[in-house]
Amino acid sequence: MSLGPVSVSAPVRGWVHSVESCGTLDGPGLRYVLFLAGCPLRCLYCHNPDTRHMHDGTPTLAGEVLADIASTAGFLTRGHGGVTLSGGEPLVQPDFCAAILRGCKAMGLHTALDTSGYLGNHADDFLLADTDLVLLDIKAFTERTYRALTGVPLRPTLEFAERLAELGKPVWLRYVLVPGLTDDEREITALAEFAAGLGVVERVDVLPFHKMGEAKWAALALPYQLSATQPPTTEQTDRARGLFRNAGLRAP
Amino acid sequence: MDSLLTESAVSALEAAHPASPWRGFAGDAWRRSVDVRDFILRNVTPYEGDSGFLSGPTERTLALWTTVADLLKQERATKGGVLDADTDVVSTITAHAPGYIDRALEVIVGLQTDKPLKRAIMPFGGWRLVKSGLEAYGFTASPALDAVFPKIRKTHNHGVFDVYTDEMLRCRKSGIITGLPDSYGRGRIIGDYRRLALYGATRLIADKRDQFASLELDRMDESTLRLREEITEQIRALEELVTMAAAYGFDVARPAADAREAVQWTYFAYLAAVKESNGAAMSLGRVSSFLDVYINRDLADGTLNESQAQELIDQFVIKLRMVRFLRTPEYDQLFSGDPTWVTECLGGMALDGRTLVTKSNFRMLNTLHNLGPAPEPNLTVLWSEELPDGFKRFCAETSIKTCSLQYENDDLMRAYWGDDYAIACCVSAMRVGKQMQFFGARANLAKTLLYAINGGRDEITGEQVGPAFAPITGNVLDYDAVVGRFLPMMEWLAKAYMNTLNAIHYMHDKYMYERLEMALHDRDVFRTMACGVAGLSVVADSLSAIKHATVSVIRDERGLAVDYRIEGDYPAFGNNDPRVDGIAVWAVETFMGLLRKQKAYRDAVPTQSVLTITSNVVYGKKTGSTPDGRKAGEPFAPGANPMHGRDRKGAIASMASVAKLPYAHAQDGISYTFTIVPSALGPTHGEQVSNLVGMLDGYAAQGGHHINVNVFDRDTLLRAMDHPELYPQLTIRVSGYAVNFIKLTREQQLDVVSRTFHDRH
Repeated sequence: MSLGPVSVSAPVRGWVHSVESCGTLDGPGLRYVLFLAGCPLRCLYCHNPDTRHMHDGTPTLAGEVLADIASTAGFLTRGHGGVTLSGGEPLVQPDFCAAILRGCKAMGLHTALDTSGYLGNHADDFLLADTDLVLLDIKAFTERTYRALTGVPLRPTLEFAERLAELGKPVWLRYVLVPGLTDDEREITALAEFAAGLGVVERVDVLPFHKMGEAKWAALALPYQLSATQPPTTEQTDRARGLFRNAGLRAP
Repeated sequence: MDSLLTESAVSALEAAHPASPWRGFAGDAWRRSVDVRDFILRNVTPYEGDSGFLSGPTERTLALWTTVADLLKQERATKGGVLDADTDVVSTITAHAPGYIDRALEVIVGLQTDKPLKRAIMPFGGWRLVKSGLEAYGFTASPALDAVFPKIRKTHNHGVFDVYTDEMLRCRKSGIITGLPDSYGRGRIIGDYRRLALYGATRLIADKRDQFASLELDRMDESTLRLREEITEQIRALEELVTMAAAYGFDVARPAADAREAVQWTYFAYLAAVKESNGAAMSLGRVSSFLDVYINRDLADGTLNESQAQELIDQFVIKLRMVRFLRTPEYDQLFSGDPTWVTECLGGMALDGRTLVTKSNFRMLNTLHNLGPAPEPNLTVLWSEELPDGFKRFCAETSIKTCSLQYENDDLMRAYWGDDYAIACCVSAMRVGKQMQFFGARANLAKTLLYAINGGRDEITGEQVGPAFAPITGNVLDYDAVVGRFLPMMEWLAKAYMNTLNAIHYMHDKYMYERLEMALHDRDVFRTMACGVAGLSVVADSLSAIKHATVSVIRDERGLAVDYRIEGDYPAFGNNDPRVDGIAVWAVETFMGLLRKQKAYRDAVPTQSVLTITSNVVYGKKTGSTPDGRKAGEPFAPGANPMHGRDRKGAIASMASVAKLPYAHAQDGISYTFTIVPSALGPTHGEQVSNLVGMLDGYAAQGGHHINVNVFDRDTLLRAMDHPELYPQLTIRVSGYAVNFIKLTREQQLDVVSRTFHDRH
């Protein structure tokens, strides 16, 4: 339905970190997840610190990515899935995102954008028209916690959330639960109320913090500050989900 | 359908009688000639619902299974895993007195010998193998048998070695052709065991007599005489089957009259086959939707309830889990885990568009829940996008819970084999009762590539095994030059391979004819010569490395290329990358084209599989370093799998690569084994089930042929290696079959642990 200004044939080039052809955790069904390089956030728990710098990725033409997607489209449609742009922060490369989203919609595939929302103003209405679902990662709900965790302000993310609400764009909220860092119940409750108020949040995924990315930090010689932090217990995770449910949201 | 008896053996009046075995059944064609497919299509009740109707095991079944589980435990505890073996009696259909586990608990009866898990002697494949098999497990063959075999009664094995050429012996020794059925039963023949239940032996024998009479031709040539002798043997086998069943107190001369008899008759027919033939794969066929017709009739009559119906299937499956053959430790290296490939096919669609899924398909799957996971019977789902959703979901749930299922693409195969085919062994489709294959194990394509580089000399021994074509002498491998040498070497291999198979199957027919299985076939069967290849992904990656990276040769003092140095990256098979996937497709098509040029024994049609079973480990052991970077002795990937760890773009890319391999040129099947950790399938159980269904639908839609599904994490396997006693029923799919993980050799276990686990979070 959208008629964006980006033609599929335009030679748009982007920097790709990697591909997971069978993602099941980043949106509904079976998904081709394209991890784009480059991210302005510096999250303490980042499990892909090797995606921070855009130019560490592999320069790739949008057409090449779309051809690869097309060759597995049979799986994606039958698996009730589609394509997810993730990262890094995909909106570091909005033109590349727009080209791929446009191409996916031309193939009739469901599209999702996995973003922190910090660069939400990079996503114009054309790009969002080609996006069926936004996986919005709101990492904390006070400026203080957010900045301590990510190194950037929270405000742009909330503004992006409100814009998505105005557009009526379906959102899956994602929240990484880190004991001692993002487990303040008042803060979670406030976020839940904000999210419920948006009216477009279809689902909340509370993701328990894990340290699977720690080895990558070591490989990059970056200091990992959460070595001593333990993953939340099942009870802690369930309690956080309960706070979202209390606000009337679906948190499986 | 080529049955020649056209008069109904049961009159219309008789058929209407309440005690008639055929009471209430619809259709006519199947009454007039032996035509089980027509019977099924006329009488099947497709089931579109979910698993909610299923029953748990009965007390009696649980008590019986407890007894069997204890026997299985004792069996595992013995040296080599052989609980007991006969040392005196050559096994025939009637050689052993009836055997029982616990008569009071058995609803379905019959054992291969007089005692449960006691292995029989079947020496006609080769006496030496039986003898060394017995000795390996601490038994001694009766001296009387030693006097008979092979001096007085020659065996298949002796026949083959009487005619083998030097070239065949060289190929066999070097391992460029391995796993040949020249000293054991070839198997992969599925008798239509349902025929005994539907028609009874009297009718089947009358039909065979008509076939025999139809071969009174003006000119009695060799093929006619052979077939007449075979049919006579088939009739004898059917008569012995009647005798065997009578010893258990059943009259299988007449058709089965109710569900219990239908299961019992079908099992007796299968049992007779496994009493006489120790084929590598002794598959069951496609019986559960057939049995469903009888179960439905009894349910409607009120003579059976759901719990009793499940009991029949559970008890049938307990028997199938107990089929055993005497093998040797060398055989175990090739086909690890004591497999018997009692393959049973579930699901599939009829040509008229209805599904062939029945409640009894669910009951068969339910045995994995009622009795716990097990490798046998080798449950095979004939997958179609059109299958009812409830069945798809129950299959996926069962896979996630038990890892005991394999899936094969019915949408792909139906076009070739119709709607009453079954799978022999792992991936070999054949029309039931109308088609058989000559099992041909496999040729080592990776080694062939090395022969091309080394001018026909073996890279390990240095011996001239293949023809002395000019070797590659440059230091850096050039793609066109290598392919130019590879083609004639493949052509030589195809010829040597086919000639070897011809020798084997000529002798097998002569000395070890499967008379009972063939008695449950039509007179004129379609035969395929089922060749196969191993090392496909090694070949594809090697040629890709030569083309896209720089591969230099390292030669030893004999001038043999024994290792390779790779500079730069190359696209590897399993990443949905057309640059290398195209090479794999080319290799399959090319080798098949060369096989088609060969003349096969008994006018068989050449086919090939891309399947290794667990022999990928042995093949790797016998193959030097390859230009893809694989080091000498390292295992190949199983079947059509990408090499371990080289498929880096996730499960769908890996599946998409394999799905490109053309079934048209590998009609004996393309095996892919897939392992995923549970959490990578989706965040919740419901999503995991949906996603697995989606993957299977997608794989089928993209033309993938076969897929083994394993859902577990590596830690589980590592724990089971250290504490096997805690995982007696841990079942995993390997390559076309399932095994008890703890029964694998240590080497095989390590190979499984090192495979790609799709675990991206």
